[in-house]
Amino acid sequence: MNGTTPAPETMKSATELVVERPGEFARENYLSIHRGVRAWLLTKDHKRIGLLYLGTILIFFLIASVAAALMRIELLTPQPKLVTSETYNKLFTIHGVLMVWFFLIPSIPTVLGNFVLPMMIGARDVAFPKLNLMSWYIFVAGGALALWSLIRGGVDTGWTFYTPYSTTYANTHVISMAAGVFVAGFSTIVTGINFIVTTHKMRAPGLTWFRLPLFVWSLYATSLIMVLATPVLAITLALISVERFWGVGIFDPKLGGDPVLFQHLFWFYSHPAVYIMILPGMGVISELITCFSRKRIYGYAWVGSASMAIAILGFMVWGHHMFVSSQSVYAGMIFSILSFLVAVPSGIKVFNWTATLHKGSIHFATPMLYALGFIGLFTIGGLTGLFLAALAVDVHVHDTYFVIAHFHYIMVGGMVMAFMGGLHYWWPKISGRLYPEFAGKLAAMITFIGFNLTFFPQFILGYLGQPRRYHIYPPEFQIFHVLSTAGASVLGIGYLMPLIYFIWSWRRGRAAGPNPWRATGLEWQTSSPPPEHNFEQTPIVTGPPYSYSAEKDVDLNLASI
Amino acid sequence: MSISISPASEEAFVGQQFDDIEQQRDAAKLGMWIFLATEVLFFGGLFLGYTIYRFTYGHIFVEASRKLDVLIGGTNTAVLLISSLLMAFAVRAAKLDQRRALVGLLAGTAVLGCVFMSLKGVEYHKDYVDHLVPRMGFKWEGADPGNAELFYWIYFAMTGLHAIHVTVGIGIMLVLTLLAWLGKFSHGNHNTVEIAGLYWHFVDIVWVFLFPLLYLVGHR
Repeated sequence: MNGTTPAPETMKSATELVVERPGEFARENYLSIHRGVRAWLLTKDHKRIGLLYLGTILIFFLIASVAAALMRIELLTPQPKLVTSETYNKLFTIHGVLMVWFFLIPSIPTVLGNFVLPMMIGARDVAFPKLNLMSWYIFVAGGALALWSLIRGGVDTGWTFYTPYSTTYANTHVISMAAGVFVAGFSTIVTGINFIVTTHKMRAPGLTWFRLPLFVWSLYATSLIMVLATPVLAITLALISVERFWGVGIFDPKLGGDPVLFQHLFWFYSHPAVYIMILPGMGVISELITCFSRKRIYGYAWVGSASMAIAILGFMVWGHHMFVSSQSVYAGMIFSILSFLVAVPSGIKVFNWTATLHKGSIHFATPMLYALGFIGLFTIGGLTGLFLAALAVDVHVHDTYFVIAHFHYIMVGGMVMAFMGGLHYWWPKISGRLYPEFAGKLAAMITFIGFNLTFFPQFILGYLGQPRRYHIYPPEFQIFHVLSTAGASVLGIGYLMPLIYFIWSWRRGRAAGPNPWRATGLEWQTSSPPPEHNFEQTPIVTGPPYSYSAEKDVDLNLASI
Repeated sequence: MSISISPASEEAFVGQQFDDIEQQRDAAKLGMWIFLATEVLFFGGLFLGYTIYRFTYGHIFVEASRKLDVLIGGTNTAVLLISSLLMAFAVRAAKLDQRRALVGLLAGTAVLGCVFMSLKGVEYHKDYVDHLVPRMGFKWEGADPGNAELFYWIYFAMTGLHAIHVTVGIGIMLVLTLLAWLGKFSHGNHNTVEIAGLYWHFVDIVWVFLFPLLYLVGHR
């Protein structure tokens, strides 16, 4: 439990301390102040909007997970048993579209970011609360369009909507699905604008840029990508919809148009979008690692600048998705080198997190387990990304399960682990109550094991040549698919457990008190759940963040939770 | 510029999340600038498409451009530039708390926007009669009809997207005219007019790029 001084006496007295002085549940809070459906649907409170988003993205996560589960069951056997080829195509499309645009991109920014960003900077709310609510409504409208396309029969293009299949040949509901993603994109842009302006203009007195928590830095970098990349996706989706509807367009080879232009435009958005999906996770990990190591983060400025470097470099590497798409080999070389460069700031982050652990007083609380899992899985995901950035290797593993495994290590092993870690970390603040710590640790372990069992075999599968998006495969691959499906079942349990105990703890959990983790961020300097306008008085910041010290952590007691 | 406002009247417009009107103004302005950055990239996809095909099919683009009506396009450029001037004066009138001038200038901006859209409509009809609309009776006498059709497709996509933005701008101007007439922008509450002005100038600037790219490339 305690890395430097395992002193049972101290721990015992700490237990007594906590039991004697249980955390106080703030009766007057943002949840109790206005009740009823109407108050929720018209709320301008960033904390409530965060919870609205949480509920919404969980629905999409569930639907997309069901699609994944059906695929995994189908893949148990080399020959099709459960679904037709057409249905299989629709399943992986709906899984990709919903997971990317309706779960991963909004996940940490709109739920945890909305909830804690204003509190972390000592503000009463985001800069534009009405726009914040509007972004949720836009998101719901986009989601409704996507679900409508699903109900009408789905889409079979894959989440990438490649032309000319999407514009000319697909007989599915491409336009309404593209419209759904287009609309959801506006909600992303609105959130991005809100976060940037909030970070610039709403900081508490004394909170200079280099005193900002690293989660704020990562959200700022993410927001920059959101506002600069998303509009390119919007125009691209508009162009394929118009082309499909009108019969001609700029990607149409009949007119001399170039379908590969679509790929350029799509990846000009979608590669930076990968960083929309991982940067907020990195920010969460920075918070967790420092808090549960009871140590100031190693190289604060480097970790913060690395977020900005990733955001900027992320705009220059889209061509690495197109090494085999007739792109010139010289362009390929440049994109390859630039892609390798992204590993530098990512590596800085990983090294600084590990350096923070060094000689820290490490507490293996649930959020910390997720954070440690993140570091390992992100490292594997990142390093296999370098394989893919190498021109020659990419030709071999392009469009195989190797790619699938790589990005699931980043997206699921990285972002979803960070999301779960962050949710556990801030849950006492959100709900004012503690989740059951033992169940939390168990779920974190199960998630980690299930995840690796699901996706590690896919690296091998891909390396052996199993292409993605096929549901018929040679019998010798079956063992890996069976392992993967078994892992997915374990992973499912790992995700269901928190859902159950979070709902349980919402009413029945023990009161958390303002700061159960004895963390240093401003969001912990107010009651739990926080009052409607976050703070009784605007806080004044006088020092740098993460002023943890290993000696002063005696009353951080996890055993009693 | 000296404007005397009592602090009490300002506080009425300050949202609870802000400390003072200065912070609110700065936030709104920054927000609009970031939104305009997203707009640049939104149009950017089309500008990229134009650039690539202009580079690939240069001479056809020059040929095709000659068939567009430079007179209407040029008039529209003047109309939008004047509307932007009125908008700039409107922002000044709002700052100086000149209500009557503000109402007139905002209405003038909206009217010029409508003039632009009407001329655009006339031009689109002319294009249709001249068989220049892709897929709708498109005819091309010269070489490479496909590439010419591509030019007109891009022309309609770019000017169409711009026209949507002008229409939204006209709507904003009409609402602002009404609000100004009701006296909502008095006593230092000129922020809304200012950020609407930023949007209008942006729409104007997009046209300043579209006009030479689409209409003038064929003229020496």
